[in-house]
Amino acid sequence: MAYTKSQDPTSRPAGLDVELTVPDSIAGVERVQSVRTPIRIEYTYTPGVALSTYLRGMKDKKILAERCPKTGQVFVPPRGVSPVAGIMTEGPVELPDTGYVESFNITRVPIASRPELEPPYVSAWILLDGASVGFMGLVINCEPEDVKLGTRVRAVWKPDDELEMAATNILGWEPTGEPDVDIPDIETIGQKGELE
Amino acid sequence: MAEDVLQAPLVLEYPFTRTTGPVVGAFLTGLREGVVLGVKRSDGTVMCPPLEYDPIDAAPLGEMVDVGQAGTVVSWSWGGPPRDQQPFDRDVAWALITLDGADTPMLHAVFVDGPADMATGMRVQIQWRDERVGHIADIAGFIPEESG
Repeated sequence: MAYTKSQDPTSRPAGLDVELTVPDSIAGVERVQSVRTPIRIEYTYTPGVALSTYLRGMKDKKILAERCPKTGQVFVPPRGVSPVAGIMTEGPVELPDTGYVESFNITRVPIASRPELEPPYVSAWILLDGASVGFMGLVINCEPEDVKLGTRVRAVWKPDDELEMAATNILGWEPTGEPDVDIPDIETIGQKGELE
Repeated sequence: MAEDVLQAPLVLEYPFTRTTGPVVGAFLTGLREGVVLGVKRSDGTVMCPPLEYDPIDAAPLGEMVDVGQAGTVVSWSWGGPPRDQQPFDRDVAWALITLDGADTPMLHAVFVDGPADMATGMRVQIQWRDERVGHIADIAGFIPEESG
């Protein structure tokens, strides 16, 4: 039974209906059903100028972004280039540690490799005040059901004596209690820049 | 630019567990039991390691057969010292080995002292791991076939 192009790709795979025959050497023994194939890649990461400035700022509880000189867009975390204009960004531009939830997801299933994340938890795309792009974080210190598109949040930082040059200094984002930001249209989110 | 360049370790890790399906599952079962299985294709040739479908005509396959525990190196390259995550404590050669009774080669390690001890056409045999779990690494590697 050979493959033909007219075969429906959603149909039951033919291999499932093939009768498997095995030699006596493994007849009667319990069959292997699964195999562990972990993948681990170890890098030494060198962050570059823009991200190094951002990480040094993190130690002082400052969020240091960069601005595209052509479009005016503010990128955080800064990568040193504007993905829109294709040129180097300028900085640092200090942003406040406040913003609003642009998008979010409630996770109710645990992840084995992240035992510190106890479900249900809220991962959100936070748009910092003054930024043009969102920023990934957890919304904490509230019930998941209380998070909405437009919920105003503020960063919750690690205690001062535990601060490092790391984005993990921000433990999460907690609702400020301010009125929600009205998000009329997904296309208008953020401070957009225009190329000439 | 007086500040030091920042550097940090970054580890990317995926703890995959893969379901094997009937054919690969039978192959791995064989390895755990210390035997090697191939699968018979519609033209009668034997593919080892086996696949669920024939790479030539895409026909589903299911007739598993025993193949030998020794074979012939059809191609090789010198790997040198193992990397951190490779399950070897010595230099290895990487070789494509066609086991006796099979018509396609499998990739595995060959334990020899240096590239001068490797040759296309040389005979090698399996060195099994003592504790086997149903994994390709149940074959620790291949060693030159003992004469006689």
